[in-house]
Amino acid sequence: MTHPYIPNAEPGVRAEMLAAIGAASVEEFYAAIPAGLRLDRPLDLPAPMASEHELVVHMRGLLARNTDTTEALSFLGHGCYPHHVPAVCDEVNGRGEFLTAYAGEPYEDHGRFQAMFEYVSMMAELLEMDVVNVPTYDGYQASGTAIRMAARYTGRSKVLVSGAVSADKMSKLRDFLAHDIEIVVAPVGAGGEIGEVEIDETFAAIYLETPNVYGVVETRGRELADLAHGAGALLVVSADPISLGVLAPPAAYGADIACGDIQSLGMHQSYGGGHAGYIATRDEERLVAEFPSRLFGIAPTAVPGEYGFGDVFYDRTSFAHREEGKEWVGTAAALWGITAGVYLALMGPEGMRELGETVLARTRYAMDRLAAAGARVLHPDAVHFREFAIEVPSAGELLAALRGHGIFGGVRLDDRTLLVCVTERHSRDDIDRLAAAVQEELS
Amino acid sequence: MSGHSGESFAELPVAPKPPLRRFHQARWDEPIIFEQSRPGRRGIAVPAAGVPAVELPESVRRAEPPKLPEMAQLHVLRHYVRLSQENLGVDQAIAVGQGTCTMKYSPKVNDRFVNDPKVAELHPLQPDDTVQGVLEVYWRLERMLAEISGMNRVSLQPASGSAAIYANIAMIRAYHASRGEGRQRDQVITTMFSHPSNAACAKTAGYEVITLMPDENGHPDIEALRAAVGPRTAALMITNPEDTGIFNPRIEEFVSLVHEAGGLACYDQANANGLLGITRAADAGFDLCHFNLHKTFSTPHACGGPAAGACGVSEALAPFLPGPTVEFDGSGYRLDNGRPQSVGKMRPFLGVTPNVVRAYAWVMALGAEGLREVAETAVLNNNYLMHKILRIPGASAHWDGGRVEQVRYSWQGLFEETGVHSEEIGVRAADFGVHYWTSHHPYLVPEPFTLEPTESYSQEDLDEYAAILAHVADEARRDPEHVRGAPYNQTVHKIDQTSLDDPKQWSPSWRAYTRKHLA
Repeated sequence: MTHPYIPNAEPGVRAEMLAAIGAASVEEFYAAIPAGLRLDRPLDLPAPMASEHELVVHMRGLLARNTDTTEALSFLGHGCYPHHVPAVCDEVNGRGEFLTAYAGEPYEDHGRFQAMFEYVSMMAELLEMDVVNVPTYDGYQASGTAIRMAARYTGRSKVLVSGAVSADKMSKLRDFLAHDIEIVVAPVGAGGEIGEVEIDETFAAIYLETPNVYGVVETRGRELADLAHGAGALLVVSADPISLGVLAPPAAYGADIACGDIQSLGMHQSYGGGHAGYIATRDEERLVAEFPSRLFGIAPTAVPGEYGFGDVFYDRTSFAHREEGKEWVGTAAALWGITAGVYLALMGPEGMRELGETVLARTRYAMDRLAAAGARVLHPDAVHFREFAIEVPSAGELLAALRGHGIFGGVRLDDRTLLVCVTERHSRDDIDRLAAAVQEELS
Repeated sequence: MSGHSGESFAELPVAPKPPLRRFHQARWDEPIIFEQSRPGRRGIAVPAAGVPAVELPESVRRAEPPKLPEMAQLHVLRHYVRLSQENLGVDQAIAVGQGTCTMKYSPKVNDRFVNDPKVAELHPLQPDDTVQGVLEVYWRLERMLAEISGMNRVSLQPASGSAAIYANIAMIRAYHASRGEGRQRDQVITTMFSHPSNAACAKTAGYEVITLMPDENGHPDIEALRAAVGPRTAALMITNPEDTGIFNPRIEEFVSLVHEAGGLACYDQANANGLLGITRAADAGFDLCHFNLHKTFSTPHACGGPAAGACGVSEALAPFLPGPTVEFDGSGYRLDNGRPQSVGKMRPFLGVTPNVVRAYAWVMALGAEGLREVAETAVLNNNYLMHKILRIPGASAHWDGGRVEQVRYSWQGLFEETGVHSEEIGVRAADFGVHYWTSHHPYLVPEPFTLEPTESYSQEDLDEYAAILAHVADEARRDPEHVRGAPYNQTVHKIDQTSLDDPKQWSPSWRAYTRKHLA
């Protein structure tokens, strides 16, 4: 049978095409490959599924071995968040015209340019900054690039990084900044916010995250901006955009570069597959020049009333200049940008505010309930958004015991510390159920 | 029901179709989303807190609501469906025009697997025993890619092809550092027809980049390599076949020269589609390689990602792999962070899982014989299309000799005759419902265009694509101004791009646009 994915594997077609070219066999096209490099046996791969039906049965069999977060009650977060995904988000990003398109040109893929321009524009409103990139891979990359942008902008090679970031993100930053940027880690204060810090005129930036790895909302943004600016450095703030319906955007307290992950804005958890990163700045030429990413802008067409689009300041990218461009650019996470735009359009300003209020309130409710259940809630006086840490006699044992209740209770940060995540998907009853189970296991 | 009255104006049978499709892209004349907003409208409701509200201190409270659009649900949906219709995917178009990017059919059944809650609703930090299915998919795909490349281990963590190139460079850097040669080996050698990310990622990681130019046969110049290698060489980062479609027959010598100098050889396999089951990275002596799952292994390009990269490494490089890795003990799968020399995290969590699942399902739909058929058919399609393109007056392929799965062509002849540039040919070709791409910069091949007709397209598709280019080339001779005035059948007309490079005018967001142009 001719394989359904390979139309020209049909022997008659193949013969006709070879005849048209004047070739005896496809072997002629491989003449440049030395005999010694040719694989002289078939690849040793599992036998394929003979039909789509059999493939479905095979895949269902494999995937049935997963327990997903609609089957267990999950309080897992720590960089990947279970927010509700509106059906319209899935509908739009499932459209084949978007899903199967390449990065495209401004004419035949006008729709993609407009959708992406609208995504960056909605992010710009949320962030109160004029310039937002076409998404990079994820929040880790966004942070790494934002810091590199600050280093290039200031011509300096040291950065003060808040200690309240995840170990995995710190691992990424250490590798990505390794060869020429020194990381100085700022201590975490007793309240869960960044501690007292000092910088001098050798620093390119202060890097702050809010809410931070403990779910604590940083309140000293303005002070840190003043400190950075006083030393001629930039303030770089990583903020989850889903919090910005209620929390002040980084620009409001003086941040020069904002960055973060947009997975919360309409992407499923997908075992870590829903990530994309944003980077935003004010519209200052010298700062815009440091973006490695593509930037899309409006341009007029030959017909009045038509919006055309194109690349803003392309002449800074590795597409234009190879190693002389800024870092590199390539296929990253465009479809998640389009999806986040759909999400923000559905939510509007009121939806973002309501969602933020719900998350703030339920986070506080969960903190109070778990404290009452016998867990020691860390940083109880700080404002928390979506996550908080608790201290228990044994994180591993408590998590294992909660499994028995059908609950993924949180992410283990160390032997005694757990990180608990609460979103608008967790009802009051869900939180009460967690608290009851924790109380039972801790007593 | 009324009868069909009135005078007849057309006859049966319906006449045959004209040789070229009378395409017109959707043109909804859609306003920007902000222009469709009415205060008070909503697209979706949010659960109310149901518990006491939290009063935020002023220092962190948002002062002004964000100026997001306010729209009802249907209108958000309709806007985006209209925009989607103004876009061309593989699902609608003959996507052979984006050479180097291996635009192939992404089977619909694979989307079903990733939309299933058993993938979509998995959290990446769940206990290993609750994700055995997805870990098995990672493990099995890793073993398949190890067999396809001949490498020892494969990391599926990188988010894209360029991210995989970067991950390979990170491992190269860690390898040399572990041997005390990190500072000494500060140069990376690449070639002009390898993807620009090889040069750009190496530079980002701190390396000086040496770029080999092609020789008179279009192969990277081996004498230039001989002159470049030495004690400062960290690695050779090379594509083969290069973006010209030309396979470098002396690739083993390239690898040996680098090895003799103590460097590592890293194979960018973005162009692997014609080589599956034909030749393997390990057999040419490479220490590292990478595949793009969104190219060779069929996952959709998604308007520019999410993608996925796979880094294959030899045993000597395996200690440096990003963590965690998936390990199998004969009965179960687990995540392992036990590599003290690991380069650490390249991205959050284990990888772009939906694309790992899709790629696995794609290989399982083909098997060894199917993959070989993919490769041979991709190469047959390319040589068939080349045969047709080279018969168009004004088109050429720069160097003689064979091509594997793609060709970098040139319209130099046509340009000299008509003054019409390759970009302009591409814009006009789009009027017939296809996409077309020139090449990366710099344009070493003058007036370039790069076609890669993967295994997905039929002979009829290739005939149609070639006929479109032949028609446009003919138009360029007869009426160059008409070609230059294109597009005519698109969503919008010719765009004046000059403002995009002017800081005073550029508008990278609606916020910037309204401030600069509507205030």
